[in-house]
Amino acid sequence: MSAPTTITFDGHEIPFLPGQTVGAALTAAGIRSWRTTRVEGRPRGLFCGIGVCFDCLIVADDRPNQRACLLLAQNGMRLASQEGTGRAHLTV
Amino acid sequence: MSGSTDRQGSDAVVVGAGIVGAACAYYASRAGLSVTVLERGTVGSGTTSRGEGNILVSDKAPGPELDLALWSRALWGELGGELGTDAIELDEKGGLVVATTALDPLLAFADGQRAAGVEAVPVPSGGLRDLEPHLAADLPGGVHYPQDLQVQPVLAAAALVRAAQSRGARLEQGVEVTGVERDGSGAVTAVLASGRRFPTRTVVNAAGTWGSEVAERLGGPVPVLPRRGFILVTEPLPRVVRHKVYSADYVENVASSDAGLETSVVVEGTRGGSVLVGASRERVGFDTAMSVDVVRRLATQAVRLFPFLADVALMRLYRGFRPYCPDHLPVIGADPRVPGLVHACGHEGAGIGLAPATGRLVTQQLTGQQYGVDPQPFSPSRFAEVPA
Repeated sequence: MSAPTTITFDGHEIPFLPGQTVGAALTAAGIRSWRTTRVEGRPRGLFCGIGVCFDCLIVADDRPNQRACLLLAQNGMRLASQEGTGRAHLTV
Repeated sequence: MSGSTDRQGSDAVVVGAGIVGAACAYYASRAGLSVTVLERGTVGSGTTSRGEGNILVSDKAPGPELDLALWSRALWGELGGELGTDAIELDEKGGLVVATTALDPLLAFADGQRAAGVEAVPVPSGGLRDLEPHLAADLPGGVHYPQDLQVQPVLAAAALVRAAQSRGARLEQGVEVTGVERDGSGAVTAVLASGRRFPTRTVVNAAGTWGSEVAERLGGPVPVLPRRGFILVTEPLPRVVRHKVYSADYVENVASSDAGLETSVVVEGTRGGSVLVGASRERVGFDTAMSVDVVRRLATQAVRLFPFLADVALMRLYRGFRPYCPDHLPVIGADPRVPGLVHACGHEGAGIGLAPATGRLVTQQLTGQQYGVDPQPFSPSRFAEVPA
């Protein structure tokens, strides 16, 4: 029997297959955007899909700016939408 | 020689469209002179685009360079009004110099600066975080310099050139100076560049780090040498650093004549969100190789001042060559060996800040007007090989 394979995104459980990236799992679950841009708050998700464009940034286990297209999904990983820089708490 | 002659001719040919050449063109054309700017690459493509846009009085000891910096800072304020502070991202953010070990030498340095007209406000250890909330809690104190400014140097150079062009100046990019023509008395009659001939009685050497090579081609060599500096760029952040924050040993390293690697951290935010971390200095010629050691040292020093940076990713880095003279003063003024040749280069890491005053000094020289500061300390005559 294989281990249960789910991640959570903004509190919702999302299934994934072994070897799948966070970006692939979210997209397979019908979720296409998980970040808003810094200046205009526009939605972003996968664009290049190969780690180059930095459009698909996501907060993973409280770390902002992780590339969903490269990040391998792991059981129990907590993902959250990222607003802007993902570090608004640092604003002075 | 063959090649085309520029029929129009110019009162002055400026070599180099970095921030200094741009400022020379701006003030000369504003004074009514016809100006042609010859640039090997594109506007602001040399050292102008490889720094942080420092307009600092805080890092200068009392003396000729500080006098020039104070004047130039005031001129930047005027330029903000003329070119648009937003268009050139001119930011009156102020500087905060922090001691990482002993505070007393920094306070003594600030006392001397205050006597020379610099606003320098001591900040006790407990007051540092009122100015910069993310600073480490255990720093011994610092000095706040409200007069320090920041500008986006490439935007500023482009805006100065455009303003000069609106007064009739001409810009030739992709044109490399190869020599000069001189008359029987030795005076300049034309500048030769990329197979073309540009008639003029005055040529301004504003070639920055390459000022030594250009000076050689123009017949009046001056000692300007490259000093490599790295700057690290973080991922975009919200506003996390308000001032230009640097450690007190920066001043010491700028003035040092050590050939080895020196690093003293300078941390500041940008409008784009990235935090910039400088500044290293090493004398390695024009070697552009990446250095992991420099990156590690700068990053470590930045985290010492701002512990939150430990968790922030670096996106990239860039490097450039600061043009320095052996005595760490720029070369500004007429070359006695070649009538018509005026130097305006060798500003080391202060070229952005000193550009407007340099442009003014050069223009005043060309028009015979009054000088804003005593130009003598910057004269090329100070070098042994140049007769007074």
